[in-house]
Amino acid sequence: MSSENLDIAYVAKLARIALTDDEVARFGAQLGDLLGHVATLADLDLDSIPATAQVVESRNVTREDLERPSLDREVVLSGAPQRQGAFVRVPRIIGQA
Amino acid sequence: MSSNISSGAKEIARAVNARECSAREVVEATLARIASVEPQVGAYLSVLEREARDGADALDARIASGERFPLAGVPLAVKDNMALEGTVTTCGSKMLERWVAPYTASAVRSMLAAGAIPVGKANMDEFAMGSSCENSALGVTRNPYDLERVPGGSSGGSAASVAAYEATIGLGSDTGGSIREPAAFCNLVGFKPTYGRISRYGLIAFASSLDQIGPLTRNVEDAALAYDAMAGFDPMDATSVDRAVEPTANALREDLQGVRIGVVKQFDTHKLGNDIDDVYDRALHDLEALGAEIVEVELPTADYGLATYYLIAPAECSSNLARFDGVRYGLRVDGNDVAEMNERSRAAGFGPEVKRRILIGTYALSSGYYDAYYVRAQKARTLVARDFAKAFESCDLIAAPATSSPAFRFKSKSDPYSMYLMDYYTIPMSLAGLPALSVPCGWVTPEGGERAMPLGLQLTAPLFAERALLSAAHAYERATMHASKHPMQIAEVTR
Repeated sequence: MSSENLDIAYVAKLARIALTDDEVARFGAQLGDLLGHVATLADLDLDSIPATAQVVESRNVTREDLERPSLDREVVLSGAPQRQGAFVRVPRIIGQA
Repeated sequence: MSSNISSGAKEIARAVNARECSAREVVEATLARIASVEPQVGAYLSVLEREARDGADALDARIASGERFPLAGVPLAVKDNMALEGTVTTCGSKMLERWVAPYTASAVRSMLAAGAIPVGKANMDEFAMGSSCENSALGVTRNPYDLERVPGGSSGGSAASVAAYEATIGLGSDTGGSIREPAAFCNLVGFKPTYGRISRYGLIAFASSLDQIGPLTRNVEDAALAYDAMAGFDPMDATSVDRAVEPTANALREDLQGVRIGVVKQFDTHKLGNDIDDVYDRALHDLEALGAEIVEVELPTADYGLATYYLIAPAECSSNLARFDGVRYGLRVDGNDVAEMNERSRAAGFGPEVKRRILIGTYALSSGYYDAYYVRAQKARTLVARDFAKAFESCDLIAAPATSSPAFRFKSKSDPYSMYLMDYYTIPMSLAGLPALSVPCGWVTPEGGERAMPLGLQLTAPLFAERALLSAAHAYERATMHASKHPMQIAEVTR
């Protein structure tokens, strides 16, 4: 549990958040500090302990593959930042170098 | 009409169902109160004047035709991370500042079906990340008991609105303490039911294995009524628990005969200072005087709760908040390609605390660190849950502080970790998925402060033991009545 490899710019790239130089410095220090605190978990002997993803009974949830009413397309699309007809418009993805 | 808005939910519903007053009159009195105190309190991000009046009129018409509702005409504050169709639902974030919800959250729908009337969308820490409401990107909410102090968070707007009589019931969400801490700070009952008890469909996700909706109210009975209206299976939420719900409001007790209450050895209240220690000591004596047997229990891994939580919650948040990418909803800032558009949108839309948590979560889940951080935290979570299971072999409920201090002043927690410490007493219960609540237990005047501020006693029950939990809290509340012992800083309503 070492935080020495915390490369904040790399992590920000993974998280798709553009950071300013000031944020890189500030968040880097704050997250390094937090990782120091969470390093206390290294004190626990956890080798034989199963991981808990969720505490209450859980089961796989499925349903019949049948058509059913959904949200109104116009209402949903009205929340999109940019649209074209029945589609959400985004910058070009295909055909770029 | 001000007597209406100072009543409990049961009395309001009785009067409205009996047509002694109309839901419209209750709503008008509430809107008048909101207009009068919001400039000081700032609990709401939006006030739903038209919707509340229309909803009240529709309810009054149904009551005139013979229908009856358990929460008829009860004014409701909805935390702004819960969808309410046709209203702006911001999550306290610039990312969703103008997003209009296309549907209604199941919990809100249940409250509407019970006759409650949403009067406003309440302020909150951005995406429910924070303990003071100071992380809201859209507004400042003040504590009605001392306007220089925070209301707590993240459900701070819901707490302040109910405390200030701007609503009777507030809906909050609790991931690591976000209902219980603001309830303690604002002299309220704040109740987080068992994980999965209340549907989270329409609650904008923060940490999905922890998030739970619950009520903030001025008394235990109102919390029980709200829980009874909302609890139950919902096919729209895959984590919703399909298990019969026992009603609670009709089973509230006046004594604690035969109830064993565990006091956690590791939660030493002496270190909180003499005044606070005295309040919690007295709370244990009061519980004993009601007939409870006080026993010591151990939670050996309680101290690891914070570290566990601050890996699991950010990891889940980094995954959940990936959906805010500038494509389908929310803020978009253009870029030369999709990746740049994503990066710029998220940079502009998220505030510093949300960015910090996404970054720490992304790191904890990243290749090479996943086992060392995330899986390790999940294993520690197992130990925390086992500790509680063992403790509940020798007690029925656990009593602990809700917070380590009363409400603090604005800007007094400058580094993120000092804010995270506010959740020290509430996080272990969240990790274990347990039902827990905060109930007013006394007052202290903080160092350098002039006004007495409330403290909360946190009671925790085994999974699904909501009935025993609310029942015990009710007995304690009735015997002590701490909530009514000091006035707010803002104008009181006639009681």
